[in-house]
Amino acid sequence: MNQDLVYFFSDLVQYLINGLAQGSIYALIALGYTMVYGIIKLINFAHGEFYMIGAFVGYYCLMSGMPLLLAFPVAMIGAGLVAIVVEKIVYKPIRHAGRIPALITALGTSLFFQYLGQGLIGADPKAFPEAIKSVTYTFGEVMITSTQIIIMAMTFILMLLLYWLVNHTRTGKAMRATSFNKNAAELMGINTDKIISITFFIGSSLAGAAGVLVGMYYNTVEPMMGLIPGLKAFIAAVLGGIGIIPGAVIGGLVLGVAENLVVGFWVSTYRDAIAFGILILILLIKPAGILGKNRREKV
Amino acid sequence: MNISRRSIKVISMMALPLLFSTACIKKEEVEVIKTAEVTATAPAKKALSQDEIVIGAVFPMTGAIATYGQESVNGIKMALEVINKSGDLAKKIRLIVEDNKGEPVDSSNAVRKLINIDNVHAIIGSVASSNTLAGAPIAQQNKVPMLTPASTNAKVTMTGDYISRTCFTDDFQGVVMAKFAHETLKKSKALIIVDNSSDYSKGLAKVFSTEFTKLGGTLLGTTDEFTYTQKDTDFRSLLRKVKRQNPDVIFLPGYYTEVGLMLKQAKQLGMSVPFLGGDGWDSPKLQELAGPEAIKGNYISSHFSPDDQDPTVKSFVDAYTESFKQKPGAMAALGYDGMLVLADALKRAGELNHRNIRDAIAKTAGFKGVTGSITIDAARNATKSAVVLETTPAGMAFKQKVAP
Repeated sequence: MNQDLVYFFSDLVQYLINGLAQGSIYALIALGYTMVYGIIKLINFAHGEFYMIGAFVGYYCLMSGMPLLLAFPVAMIGAGLVAIVVEKIVYKPIRHAGRIPALITALGTSLFFQYLGQGLIGADPKAFPEAIKSVTYTFGEVMITSTQIIIMAMTFILMLLLYWLVNHTRTGKAMRATSFNKNAAELMGINTDKIISITFFIGSSLAGAAGVLVGMYYNTVEPMMGLIPGLKAFIAAVLGGIGIIPGAVIGGLVLGVAENLVVGFWVSTYRDAIAFGILILILLIKPAGILGKNRREKV
Repeated sequence: MNISRRSIKVISMMALPLLFSTACIKKEEVEVIKTAEVTATAPAKKALSQDEIVIGAVFPMTGAIATYGQESVNGIKMALEVINKSGDLAKKIRLIVEDNKGEPVDSSNAVRKLINIDNVHAIIGSVASSNTLAGAPIAQQNKVPMLTPASTNAKVTMTGDYISRTCFTDDFQGVVMAKFAHETLKKSKALIIVDNSSDYSKGLAKVFSTEFTKLGGTLLGTTDEFTYTQKDTDFRSLLRKVKRQNPDVIFLPGYYTEVGLMLKQAKQLGMSVPFLGGDGWDSPKLQELAGPEAIKGNYISSHFSPDDQDPTVKSFVDAYTESFKQKPGAMAALGYDGMLVLADALKRAGELNHRNIRDAIAKTAGFKGVTGSITIDAARNATKSAVVLETTPAGMAFKQKVAP
């Protein structure tokens, strides 16, 4: 009986660790979703593809022998630059056409990158080079790998940086102003086009960072990899309260933990059904998301 | 007053869908009449081209099981070279390759396109059983012969008499691995991890569990307790649960993309039990995804081993390696054999129509291919031997051959 209890708690801790690591990835992608939504009210369904692009930039950098410390920022910048180009060419011309055309365009952009990737790179999954040797630390029955620690730490650091940027810099102030009222912000002399580009760049570079971290965690990258994490990150953003930065992180972590607990303690067949059931329940109780009412800080 | 008004409202609301449904029925009737007229006046099928033979191929050229499609088509193209060079067939074969991306929906669309637009003589494909099962009913309805070189799920050829295969079924493959686990590896506590989105995986799991318990082994849990779906990447929590059960062998009938990741994560969790699988593992990508350490000491059943010293196999392996700079996997060999069997049937069919081609395929007996001697039985399946291979960092190593 006692032994069973020890097993139960160590299993619980293990699933929580796995869930937090997976949830951190969702959180990093969800941050970009939530930022772009906050500033131009666009649900950018192509966001998962920026994550894929980041992963591939990282892959090619590492394959060419670049050290991880250099490949990581290069991948972030690469994903960010692609996002700026997409914003300028695709989203900007239709910005005033209403929300539905923008949404459909975003879906089209997402498919464009998925199939462009399959055409250019090939659809078969590629093994991500092992940049740092993954070490497993064991504490009794509980295990944690160095990659999991890196993922959680990176997510935390990037989120703090973002929080500082939005709340304590001039650019952040301009972003908040643009989000609050674009026309008024323009009248105040803020170059809102530039601010929107910066928002896209930051959001996508976070997704790019998530791409490299996932490459290190699962050791595989492929052109369709953005589809499902992109969808789940979108749900995470809604769950936390779309447009709210800490909400995206909380939403991502809740989703990751819920999935892993279902797999661990219930039947894995129902993983998505039960995990999403929980989400529906939370949204029924708090329709604006977990942080929807308490904080109204939009980006 | 109020009540009656409300009841009128209710009645009208109830009547509304009724109205709609009668309208729909009328429309349907009209359409039925129209199609009846069309079929009465026009011939049911376009005549097949008599100048050349058009073969449609449906394979996953992109997507998570893309190496299967690529290898299969490489094999088919090699076979076509042999056929066209030998001049056994008076007409040239034209191959139309359709990519189904490894998805059932795209498979049925591809089959429909090949039949309605390209008017093919026969269809070869696909690999994943879920894909073939999606396309086969359309081929059957249109009475176009469809030959799958690699789909092993038992249900595939039950679709109808126009669907046949040139590989063995999971009823055989599952038994081979259950016997191997119990008799050769001397394991008694097995656990099965199933890919819930694959007919192939579920079918193979069922056969394995029945046979393993029949041999006297114990099955931990059921076949739908430890599951995942295609495109999953994180198996750590699932593997933790598996580890708790303490099995001494794990049967994992999946496809190489997920299997590679799972093997790697199992190794990181310190699991050292051998994993067994089927031909779904047989891809050069597996080694790359799992890494050199996690790949060691696992076993699979498959159709063919490139190490086989048989002269037919050897010359095939040499020719393939020279053309494609890579050793052939099982799918390349199956594609090659499938195309040769089809060409052989075309040679014997006489006048080229779908019915004759189907009959000729069904009469295939003792055809000597690189994956063994192929005889199509009454249920349109091939009875063939299987090989057990050991997964090593350098590739699949031959372990034993099992006769049917």
